[in-house]
Amino acid sequence: MTGPVRHLLGIEDLPARDIVQFLDTAEVFFGVSTRRVRKVPTLRGKTVINLFFEASTRTRTSFEIAGKRLSADVVNISVSTSSVSKGETLLDTVKTLEAMHPDVIVVRHAASGAPHFIARHTRAAVVNAGDGLHEHPTQALLDAFTIRRAKGHLADLVVTISGDIAHSRVARSNALLLTRLGAKVRVCAPRTLLPVDMEQYGVEVFDSLGPAVEGADVVMMLRIQHERLTEALIPSTREYARTFGLNRAMLARAKPDAIVMHPGPMNRGVEIDADVADGPRSVILDQVEAGVAVRMAVLYLLAAEAGQSPLS
Amino acid sequence: MTTASTPGARVVMDEAAVAAALRRMAGEIAARHGDGVPLALVGVRRGGIPLAARLHALLDAAGRGGVLVGTVDITLYRDDAATALPNPQIGRSEIPFEVEGRVVVLVDDVLYTGRTTRAALDAVMDYGRPRAIELAVLVDRGHRELPIQADYVGLRLATSRRERVEVRVEPGAVVEVLGPAENAPSDEG
Repeated sequence: MTGPVRHLLGIEDLPARDIVQFLDTAEVFFGVSTRRVRKVPTLRGKTVINLFFEASTRTRTSFEIAGKRLSADVVNISVSTSSVSKGETLLDTVKTLEAMHPDVIVVRHAASGAPHFIARHTRAAVVNAGDGLHEHPTQALLDAFTIRRAKGHLADLVVTISGDIAHSRVARSNALLLTRLGAKVRVCAPRTLLPVDMEQYGVEVFDSLGPAVEGADVVMMLRIQHERLTEALIPSTREYARTFGLNRAMLARAKPDAIVMHPGPMNRGVEIDADVADGPRSVILDQVEAGVAVRMAVLYLLAAEAGQSPLS
Repeated sequence: MTTASTPGARVVMDEAAVAAALRRMAGEIAARHGDGVPLALVGVRRGGIPLAARLHALLDAAGRGGVLVGTVDITLYRDDAATALPNPQIGRSEIPFEVEGRVVVLVDDVLYTGRTTRAALDAVMDYGRPRAIELAVLVDRGHRELPIQADYVGLRLATSRRERVEVRVEPGAVVEVLGPAENAPSDEG
């Protein structure tokens, strides 16, 4: 890295060499999680605040475990227990937290750009844990980490991402990251769930799952949220499952050694069949495991301050 | 005598001296730990790794087989890890065996303040509870800041804190000292 990365707000502004450094550092932490003592003393005395304005058990837990395995003090603040419900503004919340001198603030917020706003008003390093429809950089990093471990590399792999592309920050961050590291990304969704400007990310766009999966090395399915039904963007979950669900027959069109991914939580029987989700090609639980290692790497590298004192 | 690889450097051990020191150290390790003792050499990244490999080969050649080899990276265990993180390239620790009940000999090139050794001790302990941990170093240059000493020493070298001790193991081992002379005043009192 040329200089220490100050915040992790998105993949968009992250050069390839920084992405690779996050992934390489995560390899080290992956090893830590398999030892007898699954903890290192590195961030002792550092404070990490998980500031979640949107409910998310898995991402918050993953960051919490990551922080604790680095010996940081981790504080969770969720929307239901915070002052937001009492009318406090985001700026007041940030100023209040800032006065307690946190070292890292991990933010999830329904508004795109909220982490960037917070980053402008705090000395702490800010990690975007998902902002609106914008980005979810640590998910993209852990997905890339999982693919790299399974395939040994990312360049030239064909990665199909299928689901609610229009409303998915996971799809966006993944498309940015994977194309930057040389993968060939295909996105697939019903036309109602496809943004018009997707080609700008250098991806191939499909509105039918079969051709999108054909010859793929990686098939990543995204969750279909039930509110898309009420918004009339899909006719029914059964209809969606029939045309865009990943079942064994559909998966057979991918490469024989293709892996299946899903960021969770899954709608079994909708975007993915249970026997595929639990099948031998599924790396869905590897993604969860990778999440802790990747977030340890992110917390470690962001808590890093410039300068090195000699040690011999 | 090997010539110094850096202008102005003073060679204190050449390949022959390093080889002799390692032979003696391997002999001391074998003498202290007979065949029945489960033994492992763990090189401290990075300088200790090639030395651990050479000690392992010497022990093997001397008929002391069954010695395991691992490596440990101390970056995450530095006592200044959270405030003065280095260029954060962490190497991997590879201890692919059970340390429980085993005698672990940490191997490093230079013993100086003792802080690296302290970090390595903690790192190894997080893999399990060894029967004992010992320390082998090619050069002990003094100036300890912690109560740590080596069990096997290649060369005890009087240095000033302003000097730098460089160890190159491959190709052709050499230990050299750079900087002001031995009796130069210490900058740290």
